[in-house]
Amino acid sequence: MPGAVVAQHDPAHAVTGYPGVAARWMMLGEWRAHPARLIVGALAIAVGVALGFAVHVVNRTALESFDRAVRSVNGAAELQVRAATPAGFAEELYPRIAGLAGVTALSPVVELAASAGTPAGTATAGGRDGRGGRLTLLGLDILRAVRVTPSLVGMPMAGGPGSDGRDASAPFDGDAVFVSRAALRLFAARIGDEVSITAAGVTRRLRIAGTLAGAGDDQALAVIDIADAQWRFGQVGRLQRIDLRLAPGVDRDAVRAAIGTMLPVDAALVSPENEAQRSDSLSRAYRVNLEMLAMVALLTGGFLVFSAQSLSVARRRPQFALLRVLGLTRAALVRQVVTEGAILGVVGAALGIGLGYALADLAVRLLGGDLGGGYFGQGAVRLAFPALAALAFAGIGVGVAVVSSLLPATAAGRAQPAVALKGGSEAADPRTQPPGWPGLLLLAAGGVAALGPPIWGLPLLGYLAMALLLAGGVAAMPWLTRRLLAQIVRVRVQRTVAIDLALQRLWGAPGQAAVALCGIVASTSLMVAMAVMVASFRTSVDAWLVQVLPSDVYLHVEGAEAGGLDRAAQARLAGAPGVATIRFVRQLPLRLAADKPAVMLVAQTIDAGAPGAALPLLGRSLPVPAGAVPVWVSEPMGWLYGVKPGDSMKLPLGDGARPVFVAGVWRDYARQFGAIAMATRDYAAATGDATVTEAAVMLAPGAAAGPVTAALRRRLPPGLVAQTRFAEPRQLRAMALKVFDRSFAITYALEAIAIGIGLIGVATTFSAQTLARRREFGMLRHIGVQRRQIIAMLAAEGALLGGVGVVAGLGLGVVMAQVLIHVVNPQSFHWTMDTSIPWGLFAGLAAALVAAAAGTAVLAGRRALSADAVNAVRQDW
Amino acid sequence: MSVPTPPAPALAVNGLGKSVPGGRRLFDGLDLVVAPGEIVAIMGESGVGKSTLLNLVAGLDSADAGSIAIAGRDLAGLDDDVRTLLRRDSIGFVFQAFHVLPHLTLAQNIALPLLLARAAPGPALVRADAMLAAVGLAGRGGDYPAQLSGGELQRIAIARALVHRPALILADEPTGNLDPETAARILALLLEQVRASGAAAVIVTHSDRAAAIADRVLVLGAAGLVPRGDALPRAAE
Repeated sequence: MPGAVVAQHDPAHAVTGYPGVAARWMMLGEWRAHPARLIVGALAIAVGVALGFAVHVVNRTALESFDRAVRSVNGAAELQVRAATPAGFAEELYPRIAGLAGVTALSPVVELAASAGTPAGTATAGGRDGRGGRLTLLGLDILRAVRVTPSLVGMPMAGGPGSDGRDASAPFDGDAVFVSRAALRLFAARIGDEVSITAAGVTRRLRIAGTLAGAGDDQALAVIDIADAQWRFGQVGRLQRIDLRLAPGVDRDAVRAAIGTMLPVDAALVSPENEAQRSDSLSRAYRVNLEMLAMVALLTGGFLVFSAQSLSVARRRPQFALLRVLGLTRAALVRQVVTEGAILGVVGAALGIGLGYALADLAVRLLGGDLGGGYFGQGAVRLAFPALAALAFAGIGVGVAVVSSLLPATAAGRAQPAVALKGGSEAADPRTQPPGWPGLLLLAAGGVAALGPPIWGLPLLGYLAMALLLAGGVAAMPWLTRRLLAQIVRVRVQRTVAIDLALQRLWGAPGQAAVALCGIVASTSLMVAMAVMVASFRTSVDAWLVQVLPSDVYLHVEGAEAGGLDRAAQARLAGAPGVATIRFVRQLPLRLAADKPAVMLVAQTIDAGAPGAALPLLGRSLPVPAGAVPVWVSEPMGWLYGVKPGDSMKLPLGDGARPVFVAGVWRDYARQFGAIAMATRDYAAATGDATVTEAAVMLAPGAAAGPVTAALRRRLPPGLVAQTRFAEPRQLRAMALKVFDRSFAITYALEAIAIGIGLIGVATTFSAQTLARRREFGMLRHIGVQRRQIIAMLAAEGALLGGVGVVAGLGLGVVMAQVLIHVVNPQSFHWTMDTSIPWGLFAGLAAALVAAAAGTAVLAGRRALSADAVNAVRQDW
Repeated sequence: MSVPTPPAPALAVNGLGKSVPGGRRLFDGLDLVVAPGEIVAIMGESGVGKSTLLNLVAGLDSADAGSIAIAGRDLAGLDDDVRTLLRRDSIGFVFQAFHVLPHLTLAQNIALPLLLARAAPGPALVRADAMLAAVGLAGRGGDYPAQLSGGELQRIAIARALVHRPALILADEPTGNLDPETAARILALLLEQVRASGAAAVIVTHSDRAAAIADRVLVLGAAGLVPRGDALPRAAE
């Protein structure tokens, strides 16, 4: 009885239950027979997921470390009043805020960028020679700080080596400094050792009295008494911040508003949220770009899955037809192929997450927490495992695999079982022109999306434009292949049988060619786009460096934001032997918005009548209205603050808001968060500050850089010698380009991986397509085509396909590069660049791709031809 | 006293018409009734539409005119999914090229129609083993098709066609790829198994030997389906 074995059929449940067992048998059988295809497909997804997840893990943990460092310096204040510049604000603000209702505790703070070290040549308790580095010096009123930021209050250490028994009073001792564990490591010192600390151009020797138990492990901090900080480091009457604690239950908005009305122009109210936003905006564009780049690898992997699935479906057409004849519904067949893709995705995603975590660990060790971007300094990064993100990236991997399987699955469902069973291919008439409009439509949509503005400060429409252009390029491949090959077919020359067969096949089946090509085109175009962008950026940076470094020797005083070389020191330097002219520059960070990183004010000699002599201007400089103070803003400054030539703005300089006139825009690749150039004369008039932080020296005829540098060094104030760096333009240029290459190292690595995946795609696609044509080769051998002619035909096919892929990939890549250069980069990093195409690299790439395509086709052909011709013709599938 | 209703024919084709792309008329007004348990052989020259007729009967192709009913169920108006399910439950296929899936074991190949019809895998494999024994390949359920000869592959195909006890077997040149001796053995096996299952069968063939196992032999030609003795050679037409 049929009923004993066969259940009553119910159309609603026709594709669930035991048909799933049949599907499982089919899938397992297929993978057992072709394990390499499963492995390559899963690996393609795994590499993409791994890169995306690794970049995410590193970014996230680096950001968390940076936040920890910021919290370390800030203690646990609920609110802060922060100075707009390192010069601080007048301390009279403190008693006024203290009198406000709702403020229960407040702590005045002097915060200085400092450099430090144990006195050179002095043996420390640890027995090592003096070492040092950059740190943040805080001056606190301990009795007040203990109520607002207790983590910044030092712990006197009893009995430490060098301790003299003054521990109980240590916080009030003028020589005492409390340091974080990171600072202790930096000094290579112990409790009781003496260290020298330089800030605001002043160097003082202090004794380590204890550690800051509450400070994070990664942040180098030193805390001294506030009165000593003000007195010893030239900050009398100035504060850089006031930390606040509000009463429980108080109307916080009202208190904030009340504080806001009291603030002078050189101070701003900052909340922890503002700080978080600031640290996020520091590196957001860089992080998003890296993640997008990682997604490129995943996308390329998706194309590889698409290729593999398309070929697999094409090869199994008769098998699928049999299943349809035996009673598998069309929908169930589509589901089976998509399920295969999904399983491929799950395997790849699981591998990718593990691989990604290991990769993140390796990347942090090799490149640091910011992957070479230079955003977070060199603080230690502790890797965490973000489970939700892991799930999300795994989901994206599975999603890409499923989407990549959809088209092949639909093709499998559409096939006519009767025709497929007879071995027919339902091939279209070769003369039918493949439609070009879907590709052109997508390309046009990409062009429109590229014109869109940034969304949430990110070039999301730019990325959409890239995706649409890529999709358009791939969709246009059958049409383009036909067009390109038609040109060759038309040429009336005597061709060998092999080349003629190859040409006719590719010309007559452009759809099949497109399946093989999509992986090449995707990876080539993305690689070309990135390479053009990076080359353009590098060339523009190099040209800019030449323009901004016209002098012979440069000096820079590090950590001198609060005060560098005074007038006397400037005069001594100007009088050094061998110096023809010396141009001084004052750099001062200005905090113009609570939630944005500081912009850099660059005060230097600028002739308002000819600013182009001092600045690499973009466009012309406007005439300055009478009585106005001109400034020139950098490109990022213009983007970030929405200012343009002709605008007026106010800068927190000196004791008030100084109105300035924006006369022009200049190119600056050094400061991503904006810079404002101002004439030294105007800066001094506004602030009364005559100190400088940099100098550019032109040598007198016959003078050499080495002796002049030595002479300049001898004339520096002793406290600033250790933190002053000298360099010649070629060194600065080499260093800048080294930093550039380091920050793009991860980009190069991701690019190389994307190309690698693309090449693997070429190899597997060609191999599968060639092996699937055994029957055709058998037939050709039957009618007298020689083995070497078939090999030659395959080589010609591979080379032609590779050539078409390279032409399409290069063209599409250069178009996509324009989106990167003119949309993504300006919207992410706020600077523009001139297009530069690395022809040499592309020539090499084109040759490698064509050779890889031809070589793979030949290798696969040899394998396919190893079966005897008779069997090949008789083979069913 | 009610008169028992006679069983519906395994296959009823009425007034069937079909053209091929390009407009050439393959046949018109074709009629055929196959009773339950009856074996009908259809012969005819290449290109007259024998395989097309089988495809139409299987619901794999659509007719221009006429109707087809399988075990009393009219195919007209059924969508692709329902026709697929009807094919799954009521029809078994034997092909010239065997079409045995290379990555499945012999038992899995035979059990496939049962699984597609929602049978549990355990009983399905037990039944597949029984069918293997019936076609003379007992104990080889774990082998793969690559280990089999052409004749053995066709035995597997016959076992697969009958495993789910369909009402109708459609066989398209079942011995076309076999040598005469093997073909004879396969035909005997096919006859034996079809008779044992009680199914009806339509066999499309060029082979007189294959046609000899049928209860009726029809020739498809310009005049439609006619008994072999009545068919005119094409030259006379």
